[in-house]
Amino acid sequence: MFVIFRDLVRHNLEFAIGITLMGIVVAFTLLSFFSPVNPTHIFVTMPDRPPSWTHLFGTNSRGQDLFWQLTFAFRNTLMFGLTVAVISRVISITVGLLSGYLGGWVDRVLMFVNDIFVAIPTFPVLVLFYFVLRSNLDTLTLALIMAGLGWPFDARLIRSVALGLKHREFTRHAVFAGMTTRKIMFEEHLPYVMPIVFATFMANMLWSIGLEVTLAVLGFTNINVPTVGTTLYWAINHSALVVGVWWWIVIPIVFIVIMFIGLFLLAISMNEYIDPRSRLNRMGA
Amino acid sequence: MRGYLRFALKRFLLLVAVVFAGVSAAFFVTHLSPVSPVETALARITARSHFSPDGIAAMRAALTDMYGVNEPLLSKYANFWRRFVQGDLGPSLIAFPTPAMSLVRRALPWTVGLLSFAIIVTWLVGNILGGLAGYYQKNRFLKLFGVVAIGVQPIPYYIVAFILLIIFGFLWPVLPISGGFSMTVTPGWNLRFISSVAVHAILPATALVLVGFGGWFLGMRALVSNIVTEDYVTYAELGGVARSRIVFNYVIRNAMVPQITALAMALGGIFSGTVITEQVFSYPGLGSLLIEAVNGGDYSLVLAVSTVAIIAVASAIFIVDLLHPILDPRIRTE
Repeated sequence: MFVIFRDLVRHNLEFAIGITLMGIVVAFTLLSFFSPVNPTHIFVTMPDRPPSWTHLFGTNSRGQDLFWQLTFAFRNTLMFGLTVAVISRVISITVGLLSGYLGGWVDRVLMFVNDIFVAIPTFPVLVLFYFVLRSNLDTLTLALIMAGLGWPFDARLIRSVALGLKHREFTRHAVFAGMTTRKIMFEEHLPYVMPIVFATFMANMLWSIGLEVTLAVLGFTNINVPTVGTTLYWAINHSALVVGVWWWIVIPIVFIVIMFIGLFLLAISMNEYIDPRSRLNRMGA
Repeated sequence: MRGYLRFALKRFLLLVAVVFAGVSAAFFVTHLSPVSPVETALARITARSHFSPDGIAAMRAALTDMYGVNEPLLSKYANFWRRFVQGDLGPSLIAFPTPAMSLVRRALPWTVGLLSFAIIVTWLVGNILGGLAGYYQKNRFLKLFGVVAIGVQPIPYYIVAFILLIIFGFLWPVLPISGGFSMTVTPGWNLRFISSVAVHAILPATALVLVGFGGWFLGMRALVSNIVTEDYVTYAELGGVARSRIVFNYVIRNAMVPQITALAMALGGIFSGTVITEQVFSYPGLGSLLIEAVNGGDYSLVLAVSTVAIIAVASAIFIVDLLHPILDPRIRTE
């Protein structure tokens, strides 16, 4: 594991940059555990102060220290992305392996459902859920809904791998040795799809965080929980740019861009690592 | 040919299933909303005025009757499908009694125009440049495109649109940042209106192109760099086939096929992106309408917009799927 990591950092520039950028963001979010302020309190410091040594990122119009506020915002957003990714990975692994290994009508039914999910536009559906739940739409509910929408692409990918594994020698051995279907799926086939699961994990986080930011900026989530999106929501709500409180908008956006590019670089370097052809290409073979 | 028809029929059944499932889900979700449309309308009517309590009660009864909110859910559902077949999705509640469909119809051309322009430009330009970058891997200029693609592609539509808004709205205000056309022109087929529409579309379209382009570029570059190592390409090079012919006819054409599948899969996401971008630039399309409807508690308009969105995306996927075997003769439609 460590050797793989070292080789990736040494030979894969994308991975090295990605891990550095994500390292910065994660380290920043970890600071939230040492925060002297409660992120949900408002008007605790002087509002609208530009960045200075006492307030590293300045303060916003709601009288909050932006530095500590952002540490909480990024922590919540990353946790949200992780939750969605983990849950939707579980769904896509189960559906993909079942569909690929069992085949027949199970496969047809599952892929039919899969196709329906692929074709439904996500954003209007999420807006619908906000329309119904209103302020009851907390982060966990939203994460569950997004996980329920975010699995189909990857389930198809996993299915295609499982289809290939089904006819391999070792699967037949396992069947003859009397292994149960569940055991074959999760003990024999799962290790083969794990690399895909890791690569799609990052891509899924990108997707879910992007949507969360968008929904929150429009005010379609619980706006009292500090996340990256709600930070921007409040900034826009207080017309930060017009008033001249530029740091309230620019600093979060810079961090968002760092986080997204970092995640994306990790995702594509993983993809490359999985694909032996592009690995050979890189080595110049 | 018969195989193709059977394939088309199968795809059509899928389309019907998608529309049915999606619209049904949207129907039930909207009708379980705790926001009462009657109370919302009453609040709007009675704001800043003095009605007697009896008058308000009478109005509430009339509105309940008129909106038909007290009917059982299943009969509403049956009614919904009956009217759906006739192309009627009920009256909008924030602009009562304008049919929700006519509001949607007013917004639809804006969204479709922006979306189709963005898709065609991003898909074509991204794939062609990506293909060239995969073939000419040493070219500095194309490498630069790769770096830009990696830098912009992962950022959400909203943030890119917002950054453009900051740059061209506050720092260097040269382009209109809101609306579909300027207030001073009369809508119609005259030059001033058309040029105004074009100028107003620049920023939203740029946001969509910036985000969309990178995915196609990177995908195509990866595909092509795998194809380039195939024997038939080396053979064609040794045989002295013109470079441009190898790139476009032998390499890019083969790599196009998975990109068409990817287009069908990505349509839903691109639609969501357009909706969001419209909101940033107050573009008068479906996105702005949807958000207005949500804020107004107008479930029938929310339902109409979602229904049209689901049908539009599903049909677009259906069309791309149908084109697929025509573009790639290797795909057997059995």
